[in-house]
Amino acid sequence: MKSMLQRKVVRALIVVWTLTVLLFLYMPMMAVVMASFTKQRYFRFPVNAWDTRWYEKAFESLSVRDLFWTSFSVALLVTILSVVLAFFGALAFARYDWKGRKMYQRIILLPIFFPQAVLGLALLLWFSSLGITTSWHTAVFAHMIWILPIVTLIMSIQVYSFDPVWEEAAYDLGASRLQVLREITLPILSPGIISGAVFAFLLSWGNFPLSLFTTGADQTIPEWLYSKMVSGYTPMVPTLGSLTMGGAAGFLLIAFLIVLAVRRLRAGKPD
Amino acid sequence: MKSFSDWIRQPGLLNAVPVGLFLLVGFAGPLVLVLLYSFMPPKTFTLNQVPTVENYLSVVTQSYYISFGWSLMLAVITVALLLVITYPIAYGMTKLFNRWATLITILVALPLLISENIRLFGWVLLLLKNGVIDGSLQYLLGVSLSGLLYTVPAVVLGLVYVYLPFMLFPLVIGMSMVPDSLKEAASDLGASRLQIFWEVELPLSMPGILIGSLLVFILSLGSLAESKILGGQVIVMIADDIESAFTFAQNWPKGSVLSVLLITLSLVIIFFLFRNIDLDRLVGRR
Repeated sequence: MKSMLQRKVVRALIVVWTLTVLLFLYMPMMAVVMASFTKQRYFRFPVNAWDTRWYEKAFESLSVRDLFWTSFSVALLVTILSVVLAFFGALAFARYDWKGRKMYQRIILLPIFFPQAVLGLALLLWFSSLGITTSWHTAVFAHMIWILPIVTLIMSIQVYSFDPVWEEAAYDLGASRLQVLREITLPILSPGIISGAVFAFLLSWGNFPLSLFTTGADQTIPEWLYSKMVSGYTPMVPTLGSLTMGGAAGFLLIAFLIVLAVRRLRAGKPD
Repeated sequence: MKSFSDWIRQPGLLNAVPVGLFLLVGFAGPLVLVLLYSFMPPKTFTLNQVPTVENYLSVVTQSYYISFGWSLMLAVITVALLLVITYPIAYGMTKLFNRWATLITILVALPLLISENIRLFGWVLLLLKNGVIDGSLQYLLGVSLSGLLYTVPAVVLGLVYVYLPFMLFPLVIGMSMVPDSLKEAASDLGASRLQIFWEVELPLSMPGILIGSLLVFILSLGSLAESKILGGQVIVMIADDIESAFTFAQNWPKGSVLSVLLITLSLVIIFFLFRNIDLDRLVGRR
C-alpha cells in the first residue's frame, strides 16, 4: 500500500511541476499583453489605470503601418518560395531512395542549428561583397536559409507516410505527369504543405537575428521592438508586441479553420 | 563515366537540386567568405590582400577568452538546469499523461512561433524594478526586490526559458524509446526504483538526453538577444563580440575570426549529433 501512495504523490508532483513550467512559459507573454493596456508611460505593478490609447496610436501611426507591411511582405514571400522549394526538397528527403540521400538529409539540417546571429552577419558580408544593397528583399533570402530547411523537414514527415503505389496506379491508368501531381501527389501531401506554410509564415514573422543584419534601411516589427527595448523605450513596445502576438494567433486560427473546412469538404465529396 | 550519368539521373537527386543550390549560394557561400576574410589583414574590406594569420593571433592574445568563457559557462549552466527542469515533464509525457501529452506538446511548442524578443521583453516586465515580481512583493509583503533585471541569473533565466522546448522534445522522443517491459523485468528481478532509474531508464534514454543537451548547448552558445535584453551591459557573450566587430568596429577580418571559432565549435557538435541519430527513424517513425 505504501508504494501505491508513493506513486500517487510522485504523480501529483509531476503534474504540478508540469503546470508550473507551462505557466512559466506563458507568464511573460501575459505580462506583455497586460502592459499594453496600462495608462502610465512606464510600467508599474500593480496596475492602477487601464487604457487603450496606445492601441489607437498604433493603428493611426504610419510608421507602424510600414513596419507591419515590411514584416508581412517578408513573411508572405518567404512562405510562398519556401513551400515551393521545400516540396521538391521533401520528396528528395523522404520519398526517393538515392545515393547521397543520407548526406543530403544532414546538410539540409545544418542551417537550422546554426547560430542565427552569426549567419545573419555572414550574409551581410556576403551581400556587400557581391555588391547587393540590403533591403527587405535580402531579408527574404536570409530568412529562407533558416526556414526552408525547417519546412522541408516538416513536409518530409508527411512524405514518409506517402505510398508511391498511388502514383504508379494513376500512371498505369493513363494519367499524365501533371495530372498525377495535381490529382494524387498534391492532395495527399496537402496537410504537410499547409503545416509547412504555417510554420514558414510565423517563423519569418517573428524572426529577429536574421532580420537585424539583412534588412538594411527597412525594418521589421521584431527589429523595431528590439531597438526600442535596448534604447529609447516607448509604451508602444508592449502594444506592438501584443499586436504581433495577436496577429500570429489569428493566423494560426485561420489556418486551423481552413484545414477543418478542407477536411469537411473532402469528407462530403464521394470518391 | 556511366555510373556518374546514372547517379545524376536519380529522381531523388533531381528533386534535391533546388534546395541544394539555394543552400549552396545562401549558406555555404557566406561561410566560405567568412573563412577567407578571417585571413585578411585587420580592417580591410576586400579579399585581394596577402593572407595572414595576424587576426587569429590577436584574438588569442586579446581578452576575447572572457566572452568565450561566459558563453561556454552560461551554455553549460543552461543545459544542466534544463535537464533537471524537463526530465520530470518528459517522464510525465511519456508515461503518465497519455492523451494530455499531445496538448502539452502543442502548448510548449506554440511560444516558439512568437518572436523571441517579445517573450524576453515579457521577462523584463516581470523582473523590472516596480515590475510584476517586485511590485507584487512590495504590495503583499512590503519588501522590495529591485535588482533582478540586468544580472547574470536573468540572462540564464532567459536562456532556460527560450530553449526549453529544444531540451524537452528530444527527451520525450528518447524516453518513449525505452520499453516499459524492460523496467518491469528489472523490477521483477528485485531492482529498486533508484536502481531501475540508474541502470535501465537513464542509459536507454541517453540518445535523447545527448541530443537535447547538445542542441541547447549550441543554441545558447550562439545566442545574442538574451544577454542584450535581460543582461544589459552586465556581460558580453561571444555573439555580441562578433556583432560589434562587424558593425561598430568595422573590422570584418576580426569578426570573421571570432565567427570561425564559434562556427567550428558548433559544427563539431552538430556533426557529432548527426552521427548519433537516424533521421529516417526520427522523422519518419519507421
